[in-house]
Amino acid sequence: MNEPPEVREEDERLAKEREKLARDGPQLKGAKLEARLERTWHRPPGILGWLATVDHKEIGRRYIVTALLFLAAGGFLALLMRLQLARPDSNLISAQRYNELFTMHGSTMMFLFAVPVMEGVAVYIIPLMLGTRSTAFPRLNAFSYYMYLFGGLLLWGAFALNIAPDIGWFAYTPLSGPQFSPGKRADIWAQMITFTEISALAAAVVLVCTILKTRAPGMTLARMPLFAWAMLVVAVMIIFSMPAVALASSMLISDRLVGTQFYNSWEHGDALLWQHLFWFFGHPEVYIIFLPATGFVSVIVETFCRRPVFAYPVVVLALVSTGILAFGLWVHHMFATGLPRVGYSFYTAASMTVAIPTALQIFCWLATMWDGRPRLQVPMLYVIGFIITFVIGGLTGVIIASVPLDLQLHDTYFIVAHFHYVLIGGAVFPLLGILTYWYPKITGRMMSDTLGKIGFWTIFLGFQLTFFPMHLSGLLGMPRRVYTYPAGLGLELPNLLSTIGAFVVASSVVLFVINGLVSLYRGAIAPANPWGATSLEWATSSPPPVYNFAHVPVVESRTPLWDIAGELPVVTGLRVDEKEILLTTVVAATPDLREPVPAASLWPFITSIAVAIFFIASIFSPWAVVFGAIPSAIAIIAWFWPKEMKREPEPVIT
Amino acid sequence: MSSRFRASLLILGVAATALAACNREERHSRAKPIGETVPTGQSPDTIFPGSTTAQPLDARASLYDNNAPALSEGQFLYTRMNCVGCHSHGGGGMGVALMDDEWRYGGRLDQIAASIAEGRPNGMPAWRAKLTDDQIWKLAAYVRSLSGQPSKDVVNSRADAMSATSPATLTPREPVRSSDSAQQ
Amino acid sequence: MSRRTRAAAVALLFTGACSIQHYQSTFSDAAVEVRQFNILFVIFLVICAIMYLAVIAFLVAGLVRRRRRLANVMEDGRHHESDPLLRTALIGWGVVVGTGLVGLAIASFIADRSMANAAASEKLSITLTANQWWWDVRYNSADSSKTLRTANELHLPVGVPVRIILNSNDVIHSFWVPSLAGKQDLIPGRQNDISITPTKIGIYRGQCAEYCGAQHAHMALVVNVDSYADFLKWWRHQLQPAPPPATPLALAGYNFVTGRNCSACHAIAGTPASGTVGPDLTHLASRRTIAAGTMPMGKGNLYGWVADPQSLKPGSKMPTIALEPDELHAVVAYLETLK
Repeated sequence: MNEPPEVREEDERLAKEREKLARDGPQLKGAKLEARLERTWHRPPGILGWLATVDHKEIGRRYIVTALLFLAAGGFLALLMRLQLARPDSNLISAQRYNELFTMHGSTMMFLFAVPVMEGVAVYIIPLMLGTRSTAFPRLNAFSYYMYLFGGLLLWGAFALNIAPDIGWFAYTPLSGPQFSPGKRADIWAQMITFTEISALAAAVVLVCTILKTRAPGMTLARMPLFAWAMLVVAVMIIFSMPAVALASSMLISDRLVGTQFYNSWEHGDALLWQHLFWFFGHPEVYIIFLPATGFVSVIVETFCRRPVFAYPVVVLALVSTGILAFGLWVHHMFATGLPRVGYSFYTAASMTVAIPTALQIFCWLATMWDGRPRLQVPMLYVIGFIITFVIGGLTGVIIASVPLDLQLHDTYFIVAHFHYVLIGGAVFPLLGILTYWYPKITGRMMSDTLGKIGFWTIFLGFQLTFFPMHLSGLLGMPRRVYTYPAGLGLELPNLLSTIGAFVVASSVVLFVINGLVSLYRGAIAPANPWGATSLEWATSSPPPVYNFAHVPVVESRTPLWDIAGELPVVTGLRVDEKEILLTTVVAATPDLREPVPAASLWPFITSIAVAIFFIASIFSPWAVVFGAIPSAIAIIAWFWPKEMKREPEPVIT
Repeated sequence: MSSRFRASLLILGVAATALAACNREERHSRAKPIGETVPTGQSPDTIFPGSTTAQPLDARASLYDNNAPALSEGQFLYTRMNCVGCHSHGGGGMGVALMDDEWRYGGRLDQIAASIAEGRPNGMPAWRAKLTDDQIWKLAAYVRSLSGQPSKDVVNSRADAMSATSPATLTPREPVRSSDSAQQ
Repeated sequence: MSRRTRAAAVALLFTGACSIQHYQSTFSDAAVEVRQFNILFVIFLVICAIMYLAVIAFLVAGLVRRRRRLANVMEDGRHHESDPLLRTALIGWGVVVGTGLVGLAIASFIADRSMANAAASEKLSITLTANQWWWDVRYNSADSSKTLRTANELHLPVGVPVRIILNSNDVIHSFWVPSLAGKQDLIPGRQNDISITPTKIGIYRGQCAEYCGAQHAHMALVVNVDSYADFLKWWRHQLQPAPPPATPLALAGYNFVTGRNCSACHAIAGTPASGTVGPDLTHLASRRTIAAGTMPMGKGNLYGWVADPQSLKPGSKMPTIALEPDELHAVVAYLETLK
């Protein structure tokens, strides 16, 4: 080299400066960048690190695994119930035990499986789908999981201790009130609601902020994937509906613990108040379960028909209008209670109106299939099963929206058939499809295709065998929640068929789990984009690195990966020595701020322990509300204590 | 001790405390049918002139004393058998107050059951022929709750009826003083 | 399951259903209300079935069509285009669905209004009070000496609109006789009512249709629809007090029932037993079931019930009373005379 020594020194000094460079970009990319990001974003190892994680992928996986465990537990209870109902006048399971079983089955499925699994899948995939490295409020995300876990453990712990609630999953007063439900069973149920409601609210806040503020640059609201739209609507619905049930259950606890009169008709309270408050939450709840599933269907249909969903604006408007309309229907659960009959007609009309956006969504999916080239792989099979099954449930829903029809069918097995058709057909089938679809992304392996197809046909046919006869048992006069029924009413055959079908469904769930577990070790290694899909989660490896993306991707259409010629366009400039994400504006997604992401922290776990002790103790004594608040307050204050921003100054490159 | 042994001890300990659980929630729908209507053995006396020993507590008391379903049944019977007619909701009237600390014939569960079954002077009817033993014990357990004796997580806070007393979960526990201080 | 197999299975279920005795079933024409239900149900079923077939047809067409080469897919770079026919079809679909739903809502509203208006002209009034887990029946009358109290069983005259006033003594129950009419809840603190006009003589069974606790499954009631003459005969008979015991065994039973535990809760007209906690027993033996449909009436079942109700209906308010064998014989002998 013929340079003078001063220039060489200057080069070396500049090279050293660049070594300390803290942002990704043209100077820092590739393997070196990935190593630096890995170091920054990994969480501490060991059990404390496991408890302290704020990685949305880890939290999402925990949600999904825990929810599937509760699905299995609740499903097992269903098998016991079906064994009891297989024959008339059966004495296999006593009345008291059966009442506990259907309460546990309903509560587990609705509060501990259906909503959390949707939240879990969303928490895992939304940041990946939106092209960012973390959710908003990751510690709140961790807290929401722990609250959910403790609520589930409370309920199932009570079941293990033989003090399970026996009041039904919607616990009407006065049966669940202090006089008719002695002991603490109903309080345990009500407090489980508080746990899961707080968990859902926390997760909803996380999702709303993530979806509105952390999207990749260029991903305007009009280019956002339909699943993200579905989760945005669902999260807002959770925020508006969950407080109603939290209020109702807190008022119930208050009645039972300190003798308030909220639900006491004889002291100017009202037994019907419970029903209004509960169903004001309860009806949006079923759409909270269903709308994420419509998001799943949109994702699967797009990928497997090789084109984006037809009429994107119509689907978005359908999602939003379903979310809004869902709040105006709740009285259709109360048509038999003797409220003014003309008022009921309004709720009939509203209940029928809410079918219209869903019908339009179904048209859009079918139109996508028509206009595309559907590939009948396992996730697509589940979508077809969804269409065939859910629409039956939706139409029986239209039937029971009518007051004269509902007065015969309410609280019969016709309703049981209806809601299983919409919940299993409308939510579980898409869920199984989406788990198959995103399994390669989560685990890095493909699920077995053969087992998947066998599993689909088994659950689809088993489901029809189980629940179709229930329409008939309802019409033949079988009410709900009966531990046995008399012979001679014609109920023997439908019930026997349902029991056989239940075991077929159970075996298919077992098959799905086996498929999931075995494929972890024996499945084909999955590339980054095994399905040839278009959304951003497929732009990173399977499974994704802990920091999701090496550079922040930029999006220019609704189908980013299908519209780029070669490399995904990116923006650079986020720090690599600190955890940081890029916030963009709400509508147009122009880059806005660099937001530091909190490090792994034990405070969410400690806070959830303190709050759990507070809630559980307050089942037994009102003083717990006073004394339990203190550790909770301490934990929350410690969690939110402002941290000094210890940041090294960045070198300025001239 | 190996760590495995300690782990299994811990699990057993947790399980034992947990399963020792819940006499509070046990529902007995059938007491022993034989001998149920007529109380077996001697009724526990409450007045022993010149003696200081109290009878031991009847073994059946543990089934009813802190049992929430029993108290709830007792509340049902208290209204339906018209105890309210003389005793109101514990404040008394024609009959003595049941929510205070004075128990002329003893305030233990078995002593109250004996009073209900045998009747007492000055107007308390004998219910032995009209109510089963099981029902009488449940009533006795409920009567004790009127003065706040059972633990607060067992009682029903209120009935689904017009409210006549403060909630049972907030009723302070009165001491149980019988006329004969040798008791208790 | 292929669609044909499924259709065959449904047909089989329905033909199976036709061979059943429909005394607790909506497949009935025994009352004006259930007939209206069936007509409306068939209308809804037909229109919903048509909508369902349309959805399935579209689904099948989409799947069958996938082999064609001119799809608007990403492989051919045309994924941002759509078949223009689809836009028209979407609007058409929306219009069809909307019109269908509006039509169904109007049909439902008309049926609902006609049922509500029909409820204005009853000639017979019954007050039904629900308890855990039995039905307290009171036939109202302007003349209080003609007020009849019974339990777990109704007798209705055919063709006469009856108004049943619904109260509850404890939790929420629901009165449902599917062969006659829809259900209505019995809510403590509220008074509801339901109107039934039976049109066919027969015996029907109803059940509580709102979960009300441990023995919700065993809270049934029997509705006898009689001719007007038979109804009057029944009614006049029910107004009679219980006959005095004729045999020594029945007398021993009478003494036990009126002197011991039974009279604490039960009432028998014409005897000192006047408890109101449990069902009225004046004409117990004339009823068709024991313990709100738990068992059919009969000597053996009466023995079993009186001896140990808690093993037949655990949790019910009737305690198991330790009866000596001769006491049991006496009690049942007396109860059997209460026709």
